[in-house]
Amino acid sequence: MTAAAVRSPSPAPPLTRDDVVQRAGILLVLAFLLVSLALPLWMLLSKSVLDAGGRFVGLANYVRYFSTPTLVESLWNSIWVALLSTAIVVPLAFGYAYALTRTRMPLKSAFTALALMPLFAPSLLSAISFIYIFGNQGFLKSWLMGASVYGPIGIVLAQVFYCFPHAVLVLATALSLADGRLYEAAEAMGTPKWRIFRTVTVPGIRYGLVSAAFVVFTLVVTDFGIAKVIGGQFNVLATDAYKQVVGQQNFEMGAVVGLVLLVPAVLAFAAERYTRRRQAAILSVRAVPFEAKAIPLKDGLFTLYCATVAGLILAIVLVAVWASFVTYWPYNLTLSLKHYDFAQFEPNGWGPYFASLQMAALTAVVGTVVVFIGAYLVEKWQGWPGARALVQFLAMLPMAVPGLVLGLGYVFFFNASWNPLNVFYGTLALLALNSTAHFYTTAHITAVTALKQIDNEFEAVSASLKAPFYRTVWRVTVPICMPAILDIAVYMFVNALTTVSAVIFLYGPANKLAAISIVHMDEAGATAAAAGMATLIVLTALAVKLLHLLADRIVFGRLQAWRKR
Amino acid sequence: MLQPTGRNAATERTRAAGEVHLRVRDLTKRYGPFTALEDISLGVARGELVCFLGPSGCGKTTLLRAIAGLEMQDQGVIELAGRDVSRLPPAARDFGIVFQSYALFPNLTVADNVGYGLVNRRKARAEVRRRVGELLALVSLADQGAKYPVQLSGGQQQRVALARALATSPSLLLLDEPLSALDARVRVRLRDEIKALQRRLGITTVMVTHDQEEALAMADRIVVMNRGRIEQIGTPSEIYSRPASSFVADFVGTMNFLEGDLSGPDRVRMGSVELALAQPAMFAGGARVRIGFRPEEVRTRNLEASTPNRIEVTVRWLDYLGAFCRATLELQAEPNLTFLADFSTNAVRDLAIREEQTLTVALPPEALRLFPAASGSPG
Repeated sequence: MTAAAVRSPSPAPPLTRDDVVQRAGILLVLAFLLVSLALPLWMLLSKSVLDAGGRFVGLANYVRYFSTPTLVESLWNSIWVALLSTAIVVPLAFGYAYALTRTRMPLKSAFTALALMPLFAPSLLSAISFIYIFGNQGFLKSWLMGASVYGPIGIVLAQVFYCFPHAVLVLATALSLADGRLYEAAEAMGTPKWRIFRTVTVPGIRYGLVSAAFVVFTLVVTDFGIAKVIGGQFNVLATDAYKQVVGQQNFEMGAVVGLVLLVPAVLAFAAERYTRRRQAAILSVRAVPFEAKAIPLKDGLFTLYCATVAGLILAIVLVAVWASFVTYWPYNLTLSLKHYDFAQFEPNGWGPYFASLQMAALTAVVGTVVVFIGAYLVEKWQGWPGARALVQFLAMLPMAVPGLVLGLGYVFFFNASWNPLNVFYGTLALLALNSTAHFYTTAHITAVTALKQIDNEFEAVSASLKAPFYRTVWRVTVPICMPAILDIAVYMFVNALTTVSAVIFLYGPANKLAAISIVHMDEAGATAAAAGMATLIVLTALAVKLLHLLADRIVFGRLQAWRKR
Repeated sequence: MLQPTGRNAATERTRAAGEVHLRVRDLTKRYGPFTALEDISLGVARGELVCFLGPSGCGKTTLLRAIAGLEMQDQGVIELAGRDVSRLPPAARDFGIVFQSYALFPNLTVADNVGYGLVNRRKARAEVRRRVGELLALVSLADQGAKYPVQLSGGQQQRVALARALATSPSLLLLDEPLSALDARVRVRLRDEIKALQRRLGITTVMVTHDQEEALAMADRIVVMNRGRIEQIGTPSEIYSRPASSFVADFVGTMNFLEGDLSGPDRVRMGSVELALAQPAMFAGGARVRIGFRPEEVRTRNLEASTPNRIEVTVRWLDYLGAFCRATLELQAEPNLTFLADFSTNAVRDLAIREEQTLTVALPPEALRLFPAASGSPG
């Protein structure tokens, strides 16, 4: 073709101020993700194939791992405990999610709120509660018929509580994506109820079920706090990693354990991506939302079921709260605030609580800004497709990386003597960086989803009006996305406040976090004080969420008339 | 490669009367193996309204976006008012744009939307307010300035978008399917309003549309596009009555196509039926051709023995469409050949035309157009 032959490379267009700002923005986000995520993970990966002297030893560390009986036993323990927890949580959550989405049960929003309550507590809280219920001085100890709660029983109980809201969220989303027309068509053909359930309902949520199972399995395998507090002598992968690194300073073996922990998480991530794509394909654009019909008996039974489950969740939270306020469980039940005098049990006193608040606030602010800039450039900018694809990839990566693994990576990367960034090791800033990276994916997805709903031509219009793009971002895009931005900030704050697994390796003596102080106080036998600190975290997280809901209602309901249709 | 010989078409196609305000030369844009625009050349005179018309995927929107600088062409030149803007970012060009979605900023009032581009230029607040008032009056929304976009109807939103695009007094107005999100009645009204406004302001305007009726009603000239190429550039009546290709003929209005052979310099044969042409064909004798004619050209009344191209047909199907009836007619001599004919409701009543009835019609020679047989591309 002659046109191709004479085609000459055109000179590059001149750089505008917009170009410069956009390029600087994407470089900033890339640098952030590389330092906070990619490099630490790379260090972990490489550490697992090096010996203590830094020489490459291939898979020798892995061979040593799999030939150490105690370590292999932990692996097996982790797997069966996670399988058992999954087998209990998924059906429980399915019933609950079904009631929320497919029945005319009353008080749905209250039931939703109660089911999500564990999200606002550190995983440790349920472990402490179960110690109070079934532990050595537990008031229902006899129910265990001589078995000890310190071990697999306690771990499974606490994990079920901790994972329940995650499974409910996944399943409720899957169940709410039903196409009402399919049900109408099936009923019009006189299909019996059980056959509709088998041929319409189950195929529609099959992927949601798989996804929920993977999510729960991964949460259990990678959670550190519960096994630490209630696991007793029962070893699991997460506690092994901690012991190898913190206890024995065996970084290479710690790295191997970390990578073993990565396996289920990566599998779960892949399964989630796959199922999400399949789920999206099921629901066509023209689907009509399913509306449940009122069936008094069915609705009544589901209400009873949800009330029981929600009641148990509330009870478990309240046990820890109550125990923190009584003088001496279970002998002297008069109320007292003495367990809140943390200085008695913890060298830093109330310090960890305030350190946690600071860290969570820093995470919320920095995280929200970085996530939003990154999501904006990935979604709305046209330039540098390679860089944007890399940001998108790195943004999705944390979903597949358990906090414990990321924490290990940070130890190897930020504690290395050659790394000039090691001055940050043990600082609050590093903890915030770690938390931002750890919770990046969900925040990024939230931001991208919000940005996708905005007209893609805003940038074009603003360019035609000769307005710099950042002016339009500030005056138009950010105000429109404000609900999502608040969501992200609150999500970051609550998770940074409650996280244990990532930060357990990283805190310095001056900035121990509340969640870590719970572990320490519990270790030292001050269980009531640990419960008190957990209570503080729950109350703070719930208060922030409540403020968020209020802000949502007032700011976006009344003051912003432009949102109303 | 600046101006190879024979590529001067853009200049020739431009209306002789006006000075060329926008000129596009040899514009090509590829997405991987897909060619979105291939050697596009055209000129738009100052004050002219030109429509890019074509089916979806024909490249008309890509061409508009390239003119705006929102897409970067692989090669070719775009000149605006004599200035080469080919490589300039959108903000350094001089245009206002209205999108199909309007892209109004939902959190800003109508007045703030209209004034958005004025504030950027650091004008005094009072002056901005005066100009916004003027623009809102121009689009008959003088009292709506304090409302938010969601509080307006679709047609009103469209006019706000128009006012915003005109606010900075650009020399070129780009309209990307500006009417297609509106319902039929509003569309017709706004189409006239836009046209009137464009005439009054004398602003050079390029509009993209897939609606041929819209293009015929609004444009001074139409650029018909197909598969990244220009099929024809011409005034609406040229496009309609003298389509340069069977694609144009088919896309703009309805056209019957029948396959036949040239049986003489000005005669064409379809099986046993032979038709006379108004002038000698531009094809070699015996060539296989497509004969095109519009349904409304089929005559039923005042036929005499001397009327050329009389044929006997059977009415196979009659669709009542209000003002007229569209009949599917079958040639009696060649029952596998059918074509459409539009009869006025009057004619149907007067001649008592019914389905399954036989009828004599005439295809006036001057209404017959010949196209190459093989494909839709021009020869």
